[in-house]
Amino acid sequence: MNNIICACGHENPEGTVLCGNCGRPLTTEAKKQKLADMRYEGTARRSQTYNKSIIDKVWNFFSSVKVGISLIIIILVAAAIGTILPQVLFVPVRGAAEIAAYYERVYGSFGSIYNWLGLSDLYGSWWFQTLIGMLGISIIVASLDRVVPLYKSLKKQRTRRHGSFMKSQRLFAQGENILGEDTLSISEEKLKDLRYKVKREKGALLAEKGRFARWGPYVNHVGLIIFLLGVMLRTLPGFYMDETMWLREGETLAIPEVPGFYLESKEFILETYDKEQTDEVFGEAIERVGTIASNFQTDVVLYKNSEDALPGQTTDLIEVKKESIQVNKPLKFEDYAIYQMDFRLDELSTMHFNLSNKATGESLGDLSINLDKPEPFYDLGNGATVELKGYYPDFSGFENGEPQTKSPVPNNPAFLVEMITPETPKGETSFVAIKQTVEPFGDNNYKLEFQSVDTRDISGLTIRKDKTLWILALGGVIFMIGVAQGSYFNHRRIWIHENNDGQLVVAAHTNKNWFGIKKELDQVTETAQLPQYIDQQDAEDQELKKDGEKSS
Amino acid sequence: MAQAKKKQKRFIVRTIILSILIIAIVFTIYTNATKEKFEVLAIGDTAPDFTLVDLDGNKHRLSDYKGQGVFLNFWGTWCKPCVKEMPAMDSQYEIYKDQGIQILAINIAQSDFEVQRFANQYGLSFPIVIDKTRSVMEAYNIDPLPTTMLVNPEGKIERIVIGGVMTEKDIAGFMEEIRPK
Repeated sequence: MNNIICACGHENPEGTVLCGNCGRPLTTEAKKQKLADMRYEGTARRSQTYNKSIIDKVWNFFSSVKVGISLIIIILVAAAIGTILPQVLFVPVRGAAEIAAYYERVYGSFGSIYNWLGLSDLYGSWWFQTLIGMLGISIIVASLDRVVPLYKSLKKQRTRRHGSFMKSQRLFAQGENILGEDTLSISEEKLKDLRYKVKREKGALLAEKGRFARWGPYVNHVGLIIFLLGVMLRTLPGFYMDETMWLREGETLAIPEVPGFYLESKEFILETYDKEQTDEVFGEAIERVGTIASNFQTDVVLYKNSEDALPGQTTDLIEVKKESIQVNKPLKFEDYAIYQMDFRLDELSTMHFNLSNKATGESLGDLSINLDKPEPFYDLGNGATVELKGYYPDFSGFENGEPQTKSPVPNNPAFLVEMITPETPKGETSFVAIKQTVEPFGDNNYKLEFQSVDTRDISGLTIRKDKTLWILALGGVIFMIGVAQGSYFNHRRIWIHENNDGQLVVAAHTNKNWFGIKKELDQVTETAQLPQYIDQQDAEDQELKKDGEKSS
Repeated sequence: MAQAKKKQKRFIVRTIILSILIIAIVFTIYTNATKEKFEVLAIGDTAPDFTLVDLDGNKHRLSDYKGQGVFLNFWGTWCKPCVKEMPAMDSQYEIYKDQGIQILAINIAQSDFEVQRFANQYGLSFPIVIDKTRSVMEAYNIDPLPTTMLVNPEGKIERIVIGGVMTEKDIAGFMEEIRPK
């Protein structure tokens, strides 16, 4: 082990810049520097101590700030590339093969490569998650490597420091001890007024305050790690769920991924701002834009199945609650929340027809077909009936003389009917669709004429469960505490001692806000008649300036 | 001596920290990659029990058929491959219904009229139930139609057939797989 032994006799680990005991500079660079590098108190970062086993090498890799910054940059670049084409969430196909085909078809070979690289599902791709994970390791290892030595060094710091340490502090003074023996006591009193913690040792004084500000960055990193942990938990079953469902007015459906619960939509409501009733300013906007929605709402009833009920058994549903789901006002139950997300207006629900004589126009009565529950027979009275032979909710044409439907959704309903009237007891067959009537067996005497239609709306709902929210919030709060701790508080230290020549030596250090510590040191200097300090950095800057002027 | 001890301690601490972190990351990536597969039923899983009513008003509860093989077919009248499979299923039903195999055709939330008319048109003799609230579809995580789940006499899923059209030969083969021995 190549420990460095300081002139004071203290043994320092390899990589130490300033002696842990007296503060003498230990490296040749540190000795050359006029001002001491006070980062991490000049202690050795743990990663620098040795580099022998594979574990040490891996550890040192993650401990490097350069590696951390590189990871952040790579992640940012990848995230930026991920915005070039839409993510899989926003393409209208599902299933790996179809998604690959979609990217190739729409975006060509670029899209194909993009998808193959996993850029189309960035957050879900293994390499992106690996990068985030590596960043997590980097944050933890780099923090541990710095916070432990810093903590130890601040904990055991000496009151009397070596002259070379004092001299290499930015604020430094040396001079006659005017008040003699009383200097330190007067300084102590003044410093205590300024709310410093003061430590005395024979002929030396150390005043310190706000040390906790030094932990800010590490507290901040702890917050980040907790946040990442919360995100990680989301992938475990039971912690996070995000599903969608489409629910028609009047329909009761099982809630996806929430066993035993059912949801019925009573009504979907879309309200718009009324120009007459709003402020002038908004009135103008309404005139310009047209209608502006003021409310999207689904009135629902939540049901629970009895404890021992099985899927499919819906005869004894128990009403849990009635509620109006509005945007940002979800229906909450157990761990779940159901949000209003989307809607479709005016799907056909009931169609009204009139049966009439084509020649005379005489009406034999009306009938209404509920598209949810079409019936086989409709009796119009007066001996007239209509028999429903076939219902095709999404009529798409004939195939071998057979009407076809391309989906179960009533986008284009069509009916095959047989009309029986006192005049035509054998019945007449007709195929009735929107804007189309076919009489397959020759001309009919009667026709079923479309009168009007009832519609209903469909609500698009999102069902969410998120047990990680409090972890994310906790991580965020700790993160912000760390930021505040590191930014709004400063770690200030003032050293005063009398050296062997009877001269008074004063030095001061802060991690930020030098203006603040100068103001305080001014007060102490005045009260205890300390020698006037100089800001060595200003002096250095001025010298540099002079040099610059000379050389130019 | 103290140095060597310290060194060893540090090595152990570092190894433990790095392993915990790496295990956590690998685990996260693994669960993410296999996420969809967790939710879907797999071969060997117990088929979730359900109860549905058929067109004649008879209740069918899956667990009542324990000891028999059950051929669960999820379908819709508008789905062409589903329609194509139906006659083949019906003729195989005639052969296997006396050998301890039950077919349950589960229609997804269509009207009684459409399903009844379809059954009449094709003269289907096996029970057809309608999952009005889609709760059974949810429990089985059915995505594309048709999907067929073959449940063996022990109530475990023996085979899952997603999409496509099963021929009469396919169906006969599946029936043999779930036939009580």
